[in-house]
Amino acid sequence: MTDVTSDIRPARSQWADVWDQFKTHRGAVMGMGFFVFVCLLVAIGPYLWTLDPNFIDIRAKNQSPSMLHPLGTDQLGRDTFSQVLAGGRVSLLVGVVAMALSLLLGTFIGVLAGYFKRLDGALMRLTDLFLALPLLPLLLVMIMLFRDTLRAAFGPETGIFLLIVFAIGITSWMNTARIVRGDVLALKEQEFVLAAQSIGTPPYRMIMRHIIPNVMSPIMVSATLGIANAIITESALSFLGLGFPSDFPTWGRLLFDSTNFMTLNPERVIWPGLAISLTVLSVNYMGDGLRDALDPRIRGR
Amino acid sequence: MRMKSILIGAAAALALAPAANAGRGDAGHVNIIYWQAASILNPFLSGGTKDVESSSMVIEPLARYDENGNMVPWLVTEIPTVANGGVSEDLTSITWKISPGILWSDGSPFTSADVVFTADYCMDETGGCQQLAKFSDVTNVEALDDLTVKVTFGKPKPFPYGPFVGGESPIIQKAQFADCMGAKAPECTEQNFGPHGTGPFRVTEFRANDVISMEANPHYRDPNKPAFATLTFKGGGDAAAAARSVLETAEFDYAWNLQIDPAILTQMAGAGKGTVVSAFGTGVERMMVNLTNPDAALGDKRSTVEGGPHPFLTDAAVRRALSIAIDRNTLAEVGYGAAGKATCNVLPAPAIYASTANDECLVQDIAKANAILDEAGWAVGSDGVRAKDGVRLSILYQTSTNAVRQDTQALVKQWWSEIGVETELKNISASVFFGGDQSSPDTFQKHFSDIEMYTNLFNGTDPEAYMNSWTCAEIPNPGNNWLGSNMPRYCNPAYDALSAELSGTADIDERARIAKAMNDMLMQEGAMIPLVHRGRVSAHSNTLGGVVLNTWDSELWNVADWTRN
Repeated sequence: MTDVTSDIRPARSQWADVWDQFKTHRGAVMGMGFFVFVCLLVAIGPYLWTLDPNFIDIRAKNQSPSMLHPLGTDQLGRDTFSQVLAGGRVSLLVGVVAMALSLLLGTFIGVLAGYFKRLDGALMRLTDLFLALPLLPLLLVMIMLFRDTLRAAFGPETGIFLLIVFAIGITSWMNTARIVRGDVLALKEQEFVLAAQSIGTPPYRMIMRHIIPNVMSPIMVSATLGIANAIITESALSFLGLGFPSDFPTWGRLLFDSTNFMTLNPERVIWPGLAISLTVLSVNYMGDGLRDALDPRIRGR
Repeated sequence: MRMKSILIGAAAALALAPAANAGRGDAGHVNIIYWQAASILNPFLSGGTKDVESSSMVIEPLARYDENGNMVPWLVTEIPTVANGGVSEDLTSITWKISPGILWSDGSPFTSADVVFTADYCMDETGGCQQLAKFSDVTNVEALDDLTVKVTFGKPKPFPYGPFVGGESPIIQKAQFADCMGAKAPECTEQNFGPHGTGPFRVTEFRANDVISMEANPHYRDPNKPAFATLTFKGGGDAAAAARSVLETAEFDYAWNLQIDPAILTQMAGAGKGTVVSAFGTGVERMMVNLTNPDAALGDKRSTVEGGPHPFLTDAAVRRALSIAIDRNTLAEVGYGAAGKATCNVLPAPAIYASTANDECLVQDIAKANAILDEAGWAVGSDGVRAKDGVRLSILYQTSTNAVRQDTQALVKQWWSEIGVETELKNISASVFFGGDQSSPDTFQKHFSDIEMYTNLFNGTDPEAYMNSWTCAEIPNPGNNWLGSNMPRYCNPAYDALSAELSGTADIDERARIAKAMNDMLMQEGAMIPLVHRGRVSAHSNTLGGVVLNTWDSELWNVADWTRN
């Protein structure tokens, strides 16, 4: 008897297994480490490095890195390091919030389309429609149309933030919706779902109890990719000189402002560019590791 | 020996090539880049410099200004003056004698009927002509014969060279525009995008807000000009890219208005492919104060006189404080280098018109600005922003997208924050801001902001038409399709009276006195906050010859003389 009990491993939750598998993916662990580091840096950094990112000291313009300004200064003598910190806050916040919005929308539409056959055609055509829309021109039009109203309602910075987050969110949910729909269609035919149906589970509980938990893995993967996508879209908008006001640093805006000075002070484009690339890369690695970890067929190998 | 002589012959032929470049079209192709794209080739429907200058290669005025500000006959035999009998003794009429033999680009003769038509076209009340100020006081334009035009003014006109002089007042062809009078003017797309002209080039393809392709006009009056057979006028991008394309990569031959950080420009010029040229004209980078209420809640009445006065910019103390809180010397040095100097006047040149009455603002004085605001009852609130009776000094400050202008905005915002004024910055793509599109809320004419900043200037040396820009009649509003150049919506009967007096005064010293008084009135009443007197800065490739930078007329005024070195 004692032999048998010694064979039973201690009870483990699913998430512990996922974590074990995740840990074996070195890129993912490094990516997560870096992402957490960047998040902490931009969250806590401005309290430790207290130079105002918008303070102009014209006598200290175009300086190379020094003890006083670890990443140098820009053409008006603003400290690049504090600008990168402040810019990161906005860029990351936009990334996370826009991702959350697009995920919510994508999951909602994907589950509805997959689960309710009557809605499928209409919702998928809507998805195709959004996929066919050219993203940047659409964003430009939205910003032109709604900037003033939102500015009046929420103030310049919050207004533009909401607009950008909303614009990115509603133009990037389509991939999530398609993936989720595909998974839901497959799940619907599985025995446990049929069993649940046969005991009269209503659709709402069915979706919340059985469908959603089982499509979590593709959703989480597309979440990480969504963050990267949103950061890049925001950077592209700022790079085009749109989006936030010109004195409101974001990584894309810093890059845009620095391009003219590329030949004079090359490091000025390097810092925000590096921040964008490394953050997006680390998030992508995290997504990759999560995908592997969440797939029970790979787990343990 | 024979081989050697062939080689010598070839070398000689190569050396002679530039000299042999004398015929029309021999120099091939020339590329011009304007980082603000042309949206129309009819300067009567657009006040934008890019539109005036691009069209100046196609349509021409009767007389132009040269690089020294002197008038030169262009399509006429001589400049009419009182001395040669061209201007009547009582100064009420001027008679132009057109040079014989000038043809339009379609081969038909250029006659006085075209000149008369141009005047009728612009003076049509329903047309919304942008250059109407050039035609002020004109009562009649008549053709005495095929080559003689007489312009009659309603009163003595000491400076009768408003109509048909300079790039802003060219002649358009009657046969082509006959159906485009009045309200139909903006609808004539084909005509507005491809006018027939007497200039050295004619349009082959016009893509609005993008590229204009042109070819040498086969009917141009000088059979050996222009030296270039074809021309590309590219628009769009930004000033830095335009400068780079001429100075560093030599893709383009000429770039206009290089408003970029002087440090970058110097470095680019170091590449040795092109030359930066600059000269001071009348251009002033200035802030236009909105004296009407731009509140979005007003709907259609936004930024119009009907919408009511501005909540705080109508207070003279606020405008004065805003002005003296700015360090103009720093702005000039940071943004313009040698091509900019601090100014307190909107009329800084020619020297005879330059006032010294407003020089208080040349020196930044934050303490004084604070004192002025304290005295006027604007108290600093808990958020650091001054307020009075619930009105906060919070300014929306817009301009076009350009690195130098954004730097200026950032600097000004910091100085204003030191006097308790909150500033929100907004920048708009230059092609939209200056585009004049009536459906866009972001044009400089609509001025849906508290303060907007850009440069304006006048061609020629006489400021009369320019100073007329700030009379009550010039206020842009929905009634005149938002055309007009009185962006501050400044309306003062005393100013209008001075404007009328200026147009009736002949003596040059007296004219200078009145023009200075108008400038001082605008400055002291704070309709505008001038910042920097800007030189024109352009660049041309080292292989492009014949460029003469002209600050008094279109920069492309002598494009017919351009050659390939």
